[in-house]
Amino acid sequence: MAIRPIDAARIERANFWWRVGSLAPAIIVLALLSIWPVFNLGYLSLSDVKWVSGSAVVDFVGLRNFHELFTGEAVYWAGVRNTIVFAICAVTLQMIFGFTMALAVRRASKIGRSVLTAIFLLPIVIPPIVIGAMWRLLLGRDFGIVNALLSFLSLPEVDWLGDPRFALISVVIVDVWHWTPFVFLLTLAGLESLDQEVFEAAKLDVKNRWQELRYITIPLMMPTILITLAFRMILSFKVFDEVFLLTGGGPGTATEVINFSINRVFFAQDRVGMGSAMSLLTIFGVAVLIVLANTVVRRRRKQRETA
Amino acid sequence: MKAKTSLSGIGGNLIAWGYALIILGPMIWILSNSFKRQIDILMGTTIAPFTLVNYQLIINSRQSHFLWNLWNSAVVSVISTLVVLVIATLAAFTVARLEPPRWVTFILLGWALVFHMLPTLTFVGSWYVMFTQAGLHGTYTALILAQVVQGLPMALFLMIGFVMNIPRELVQAARLDGCTYAQVFRHLIFPLSLGGMAAAGALSFISAWSDFAIALNLSNKDTMTAPVAIATFAQEHQILYGQMAAASMLSMIPALAFIMFGQRFVVRGLLAGAVK
Repeated sequence: MAIRPIDAARIERANFWWRVGSLAPAIIVLALLSIWPVFNLGYLSLSDVKWVSGSAVVDFVGLRNFHELFTGEAVYWAGVRNTIVFAICAVTLQMIFGFTMALAVRRASKIGRSVLTAIFLLPIVIPPIVIGAMWRLLLGRDFGIVNALLSFLSLPEVDWLGDPRFALISVVIVDVWHWTPFVFLLTLAGLESLDQEVFEAAKLDVKNRWQELRYITIPLMMPTILITLAFRMILSFKVFDEVFLLTGGGPGTATEVINFSINRVFFAQDRVGMGSAMSLLTIFGVAVLIVLANTVVRRRRKQRETA
Repeated sequence: MKAKTSLSGIGGNLIAWGYALIILGPMIWILSNSFKRQIDILMGTTIAPFTLVNYQLIINSRQSHFLWNLWNSAVVSVISTLVVLVIATLAAFTVARLEPPRWVTFILLGWALVFHMLPTLTFVGSWYVMFTQAGLHGTYTALILAQVVQGLPMALFLMIGFVMNIPRELVQAARLDGCTYAQVFRHLIFPLSLGGMAAAGALSFISAWSDFAIALNLSNKDTMTAPVAIATFAQEHQILYGQMAAASMLSMIPALAFIMFGQRFVVRGLLAGAVK
């Protein structure tokens, strides 16, 4: 079918508007609801905000909020510390358990694979608040089944959620339970997509399973491992829902996490200016981590490609 | 060699099924607790008389309107998922196949990635101020808008991945036949990316249904979603464990439905979204 020139011009014009129009909704949504809020936070963080009958009265106070944030606000900094400890411990354990399980299952038969996948998907798809409720019932001091099991084994009972020494550990345990299946499914998919010929070819050179793991499997899996590790760690800065139901940040500041401070200051204490300063500082910190992680992953990928 | 493989195969299976039990244990415990009276839960009774009182209380009592909360969750999740799918699929075709200016793609995808990984709560305060000033606080509109922007980056990445898998030659052939981009999209890209949309939609729905941080602060009594309602059972001076368990069970239903009927879409979405 021949296209007449006049049609071609019309099509060209329609295509131009299609390209603009198809990208516009995504750009508008992201600009209005994710980029503008950052600027809004910047403006609010330099202000003192009071709510007078539903509308905000804003006074400019310069950098006072930031000064206070860096000199006072010990709770926020306790939250920063806890969040970092939490992210490192939880994600390291998830990686170890998830990857080990994937290695173990790789050679296993496929019997019941879809049932197993269904079970492993459960923690990933149910609402995190439900996970909080669930573990609250399990870890309760007087009635929780975990303590019942401990006393059945004649071990001392532990106040999992109320004892400052154990509260953060409990939160880490819950998070490991929550996300290990995800790491497992991901690394298993990675393992199964590896080229089997490499293993066949290496059979003559490696003496045992351990050498195969050390010199072939792990190096081949390194990109997947690195990406999962970096991104799970950054994503665990989002932690909020489970902690909300498990400990509410307590006892004291034992399980205070960054999101808790922001939520409390913004909404319970109505200190919009300080809340904005905290949000902004957190956005900046996490954004730096994201860019760093991205650069490392990209550089390694490039190295591999040239090597 | 053969025997050894099958032996380690059994070991691998045992480990996996052992972990499956660790996952199922808490689920079964909360299920059984939802059928116990508060007093039996607090006494730590393992085998207690069966009762439906928790379900009756959360559905039909003066303090709790859990069915209404579920309805709110459904409204917000369904509408925001549909909006996200439309926006993401439109943009994905253009980004993947129509070569928009480099800087546009770079900024769009770069920011989407960063925004996706930033803690939600760092934005909720700003949304709260914006929506309150616009007179939208507590409305479905506010909740849906927040869910849309929250779900958009992941859907965008997934859809770009899926559209990339549609052979370039198909698009070129259609173009040679005189189709406009709009026609290529309607007759070619849209039907061919339905599977991808199912995966992206499943993930988007799950994340909106699960959201707590946004709804906690942007909803009011009338638009309160299920997760926020679950949290309120734990906030009274006395924690209503049985009702908390029953409400949790009801709010897990969509997730269970996804696992039973759409498992491959969920898995596909999760894996594609994570490795990218």
